[in-house]
Amino acid sequence: MALLLIAEHTQNTLTPGTLATLTAAQSFSMPIHMVLFGKDCQKVAEKARSFKNVKKVLKVENPLLEHMVAEVATPTLMELAKDYDYILASSSTYGKNLLPRLAALLNVAQISDVVEIQGKDIFLRPIYAGNALAMVKSEDAIKILTIRATAFEKALPDLSKAAIETYAFKPPMGAVSTFVKMEESRSERPELTAASTVVSGGRGFQSKEKFALLEELADVLGAAIGASRAAVDAGFVPNDFQVGQTGKIVAPDLYIAIGISGAIQHLAGMKDSKVIVAINKDPEAPIFQVADYGLVGDLFVLLPELITKAKEILRRNKEKQ
Amino acid sequence: MKVLVTIKRVIDYSVKVRVKRDGSGIDFSGVKMSLNPFDEIAVEEAIRQKEKGKASEIVVVSIGEKDCQETLRAALALGADRAIHVKTSLETQPLGVAKVLKVLVEREKPELVILGKQAIDDDCNQTGQMLSALLNWPQGTFVSKLEVMKDKIRVVREVDGGLETLDMPLPAIVTTDLRLNEPRYATLPNIMKAKQKPLEEISAISLNVDLTPHLKTLHVKEPPKRKAGVKVKTVDELLDKLQKEAKVF
Ligand SMILES: Cc1cc2nc3c(=O)[nH]c(=O)nc-3n(C[C@H](O)[C@H](O)[C@H](O)COP(=O)(O)OP(=O)(O)OC[C@H]3O[C@@H](n4cnc5c(N)ncnc54)[C@H](O)[C@@H]3O)c2cc1C
Ligand SMILES: Nc1ncnc2c1ncn2[C@@H]1O[C@H](COP(=O)(O)O)[C@@H](O)[C@H]1O
Repeated sequence: MALLLIAEHTQNTLTPGTLATLTAAQSFSMPIHMVLFGKDCQKVAEKARSFKNVKKVLKVENPLLEHMVAEVATPTLMELAKDYDYILASSSTYGKNLLPRLAALLNVAQISDVVEIQGKDIFLRPIYAGNALAMVKSEDAIKILTIRATAFEKALPDLSKAAIETYAFKPPMGAVSTFVKMEESRSERPELTAASTVVSGGRGFQSKEKFALLEELADVLGAAIGASRAAVDAGFVPNDFQVGQTGKIVAPDLYIAIGISGAIQHLAGMKDSKVIVAINKDPEAPIFQVADYGLVGDLFVLLPELITKAKEILRRNKEKQ
Repeated sequence: MKVLVTIKRVIDYSVKVRVKRDGSGIDFSGVKMSLNPFDEIAVEEAIRQKEKGKASEIVVVSIGEKDCQETLRAALALGADRAIHVKTSLETQPLGVAKVLKVLVEREKPELVILGKQAIDDDCNQTGQMLSALLNWPQGTFVSKLEVMKDKIRVVREVDGGLETLDMPLPAIVTTDLRLNEPRYATLPNIMKAKQKPLEEISAISLNVDLTPHLKTLHVKEPPKRKAGVKVKTVDELLDKLQKEAKVF
């Protein structure tokens, strides 16, 4: 019995989602082989080798793999897949793009967004925007899972040194997509799904210019910025800031929702946060039903006050130390 | 360019779904059903391509029980030309659906298949990728922009970290994301007209595709409820609570 983990990485490090997937993988108590796709994976392979149960790190290197195109990686993955009972990846856009392909070609189901591993073939996953949790049993010989990162701790490295091997790239047959460009929504802030504090804004901010107020709060708190769909649709922030059923799933220690009504689809992405704060002028807004602390009022009055006072507290805390 | 668009009938996005008391599943009684929002976006995109003179015919397909036909009619009212209903009483799961779609693609020979990125009931986000693999066609998932060029399409994908642009030779598979377009509403005359448009019913059995679910749902439960919080009156009170109770400062 062995498990294959398809690791998403930035050339330098494994993504937080991959570290969470590793924890899920470790719970199966079987040898884990990690596969890394890329142009040059040596640096990240050195990091990937030092985790509990990881017995082998496989590098698949080719200039064609500099940017992951699902069709390009699939034939190699198919070669690899035959030797494993479990194949896991994070349920990021990377994992979601790849794993269903593999499942279809192996004629097995793919199980999306696993939040709990209940047994060797029984898994818990959210459905209907997280309004229900389904316990599903796989009837297949190979289990292909994407793991919801917020449901598992991030694995910590240890002193082990798994073998690093090269695995031959198998070029695709037939027509494939070609990468043209990537417009990165660069940010100096912590990564949204890994941040311990997230401040999120919605339509209530009215404009992109006014949304900048939220950035000030994020700066003070060292937080990542999130947004509702409405805020993204209105162009206040880039698409990958969207938190929700069909955006990113976050579970920080502190989530502050400002000018967000709290639609089911938004709650699906943040309701597992440890502490939720909501600021909204409508006392009936559904966001207050999940908020630990709700503040009713105009955000354009409350937010500047919050920024000033939070800054002051943090300054005093620092002085005390 | 012939376009095939897939349509799933799901509980309307605005409904707060309830889990049945006995944990056997979701309570469907008296619940409003709609076209999966991502599929609505897929239909809209096909129509826009037709309006631009890029698409010739739009065929919509749904797999499921008899009442899927109502949802297919809704897509016809939006502007699709023709509908196919693949009838089955089995629960549809992405793998089975992808297999059925493969057979239909081989029969209909579209150059572009547009699916939703995700059905908002099972939240699987798989079917398009599976179909692409089975057909060995290129895939563009989570697409927020689609441009039909001479012998290829150019798509922009919403991925973690930003926007990725791909060039895809045809035939190809595309799955829609929220910002691809804003779907129109069906007009009354179009709703009337849709009643006359062709809707073919095929039994899944006749397609010789194995739709047996590979996943068995053992039970369905409600997620743990968050305990109700408190309303604070001032920013000071909020910051005080965050420091003393929540200890996040
Ligand atoms: C298929 C589908 C998928 C979706 N996926 C997602 C998703 O992943 N994530 C997501 O977020 N949404 C998603 N949505 C959209 C969701 O249904 C809501 O429309 C959206 O979350 C609303 O965003 P909002 O709360 O910013 O806007 P609104 O609902 O318009 O709320 C704005 C809030 O701001 C408050 N406000 C206004 N002015 C002020 C002020 N001056 N001070 C304080 N408060 C103020 C208002 O009281 C109101 O509560 C999806 C919808 C569909 C159909
Ligand atoms: N039973 C079905 N009939 C038609 N299309 C479907 C069906 N199930 C899934 N699809 C399509 O596949 C997309 C993704 O669904 P899923 O993989 O289940 O999240 C949906 O948006 C639909 O376009």
